[in-house]
Amino acid sequence: MSALLDVEELQVTFGRTAAVRGASFRVERGETHCLVGESGCGKSVTALAVMSLLARGGQRSAKRMRFAGTDLTSLSDREMARLRGNRMAMIFQEPMTSLNPAFTIGSQMAEVMTRHKGGSRAAALDRAAELMGRVGITAPGMRLGQFPHQLSGGLRQRVMIAMALMCDPELLIADEPTTALDVTVQAQILRLLANLKRELGLSILLITHDLGIVARVADHVSVMYAGEVVERAPTAELFRAPQHPYTRGLLSCVPVPGRVQRDRPLGSIPGVVPAIGPGFAGCAFRSRCAHADETCARAIPRRQAGDAHDYLCRLEPDWAELQPA
Amino acid sequence: MTAAIEVENLRCEFRVHTGLMSAEKRVVAVDDVTFSVPAGSVLGIVGESGCGKSTLARLILGLLKPTAGTVLVDGKRLFDLDRKARARLIQPVFQDPFASLNPRRRIKDIVALPLAAQGTFSRGEIERRVGGILERVGLSAAMGERMPAQLSGGQRQRAAIARALVLEPRIVICDEPTSALDVSVQAQILNLLADLRRDLGLTYLFISHNLAVVEHVASEVAVMYLGRFVERNETDALFRKPRHPYTQALLESVLTPEPGKGVPDIGLGDAMPDPSNIPPGCRFNPRCRIAVERCRHEAPKPVVRAPRGMVECHLA
Ligand SMILES: Nc1ncnc2c1ncn2[C@@H]1O[C@H](COP(=O)(O)OP(=O)(O)OP(=O)(O)O)[C@@H](O)[C@H]1O
Ligand SMILES: Nc1ncnc2c1ncn2[C@@H]1O[C@H](COP(=O)(O)OP(=O)(O)O)[C@@H](O)[C@H]1O
Ligand code: SF4
Ligand code: SF4
Ligand SMILES: [Mg+2]
Ligand SMILES: [Mg+2]
Repeated sequence: MSALLDVEELQVTFGRTAAVRGASFRVERGETHCLVGESGCGKSVTALAVMSLLARGGQRSAKRMRFAGTDLTSLSDREMARLRGNRMAMIFQEPMTSLNPAFTIGSQMAEVMTRHKGGSRAAALDRAAELMGRVGITAPGMRLGQFPHQLSGGLRQRVMIAMALMCDPELLIADEPTTALDVTVQAQILRLLANLKRELGLSILLITHDLGIVARVADHVSVMYAGEVVERAPTAELFRAPQHPYTRGLLSCVPVPGRVQRDRPLGSIPGVVPAIGPGFAGCAFRSRCAHADETCARAIPRRQAGDAHDYLCRLEPDWAELQPA
Repeated sequence: MTAAIEVENLRCEFRVHTGLMSAEKRVVAVDDVTFSVPAGSVLGIVGESGCGKSTLARLILGLLKPTAGTVLVDGKRLFDLDRKARARLIQPVFQDPFASLNPRRRIKDIVALPLAAQGTFSRGEIERRVGGILERVGLSAAMGERMPAQLSGGQRQRAAIARALVLEPRIVICDEPTSALDVSVQAQILNLLADLRRDLGLTYLFISHNLAVVEHVASEVAVMYLGRFVERNETDALFRKPRHPYTQALLESVLTPEPGKGVPDIGLGDAMPDPSNIPPGCRFNPRCRIAVERCRHEAPKPVVRAPRGMVECHLA
């Protein structure tokens, strides 16, 4: 069966800034796919490009961008609006950006449903209450009558998830949904998403910069660097045998509780992400890579390291490391 | 030996107006906290948003007057010292390096400011010291000529650290110094802070909501909940054997990069803590998995465990 979301060579530019430079990834049905990378690498722009929600001045092109068999690049604005919030829904890092402070939670949730599916407001409110219970909000009846600012950050994010589920979407895109929350609330929200995925057969594209989250919730991972997907792999394999020097570096930077060696420095990646202008060629990581040589300034091959594992680098795969454990 | 920081029965209240007609509310941000930090060590402080970590930092820096209690820094009351003497003793590094650096000045002038404010250093001496500290934190002389907006987040935090250290203080209060940074840059900054501490013999108070980071840098850790330290211990002991149910929940909620483990069910519930409405009895009881009847009306007293350990729980 074909993937639910299939993106091939997505490019997004804002004037002279190349925000996404040929990103390719696939979200399979019923799985959680994580897009991971450091700030500014193009994760949010990628998600917004898929949803056709790019800010003004953003130019999008792609070799292929299909959702459930539909070619997204050929849809009109109206056709896209019919998909958005309906068959594909999105939640953001800061729920207040997508909740209207002037309307109650109930009326905002009901509006999503009546806009896409019609039906009565009463029926929509019933569904809203049911979904709020489902995402772990106690006393949904009371919450429906409240305004967004009356809720804590964790509750607001639950409301956003419930609202995204109103029309029974096939794909949920979540852009850093827990970054603004405490670790305790984060764990509760991520557990909720994992349960929803299992119970509703939902597919999730989860965007995060946190490798701990990736390890715990993803089925497949795409690692982004400077607008490109530099490595894709099944989650366990990515953590066991990362092949791209950037992925390896990133994993070494993360302090792991219980395995901390306090007198030793953490691994780190020297330098910073370079500014990438038009006409840039070769590997964008070469200014920070210990393995860089002059060939890294030329076109870089995508190398296969397994059935669903590939990466962009001049170096051959380390087959010994890739052996099943 | 005197402790670098000595805090006794420290309390800080804010009065907040919630609306036109509603009564004034009293927010207790720090509630009767007592502890000391030995010179040369690192005390890590963890806890959820709003539990009072930054308020505690501002009290220790002398930026905020306590409602009650005392703070001694290097044996002295900060309120008895003038600003210049205070600046030579203790310095802050905050989360958002952009907000804390003047956007209209060059980096080297920002770093020079604490020296210039002392009024005792010659121009040449200032230049020499600024050059030295910029190099020490890994910024080139060319970076010193730039404006803050022309630096990356990690470079700005290096500049903020340079400014904090240029007067060679004994004590540095770090409030979420790496929370706005990417992991690769966070690792660079944590390694830098560790080197500086070792080489200059500094004492840190290190606030973070990231437990793994705190475990990496701290020699002792205090867990804060609704304005109080509910548990404190040497880092290894606290991470190996957390005693307070809240510490246990915090540790369980850390998502380590271990595939296949899934997301834990930490069972803390939705009753988010509110410092303007602290529950009677044990302040953690509405969220506590193992609370008993006694917890609802009697507040637990601090119990000393091991040489430097402390926990506040009837059942720990
Ligand atoms: N100037 C002030 N006036 C009124 N209330 C305040 C003031 N400063 C802090 N508070 C309140 O005191 C409590 C503790 O705040 P504090 O900033 O110390 O929390 P924190 O632990 O640093 O949280 P975070 O992790 O979000 O930084 C909060 O409820 C906060 O709203
Ligand atoms: N509206 C915009 N106008 C111009 N540049 C933008 C805009 N949105 C994002 N960018 C740029 O695109 C790049 C990728 O940004 P983004 O996708 O937000 O990164 P992240 O991976 O942190 O989500 C960055 O260089 C950013 O500055
Ligand atoms: S292509 Fe070259 S610079 Fe890029 S990651 Fe591979 S070895 Fe490093
Ligand atoms: S005193 Fe009671 S409510 Fe408080 S932490 Fe201990 S067991 Fe839980
Ligand atoms: Mg983003
Ligand atoms: Mg704070």
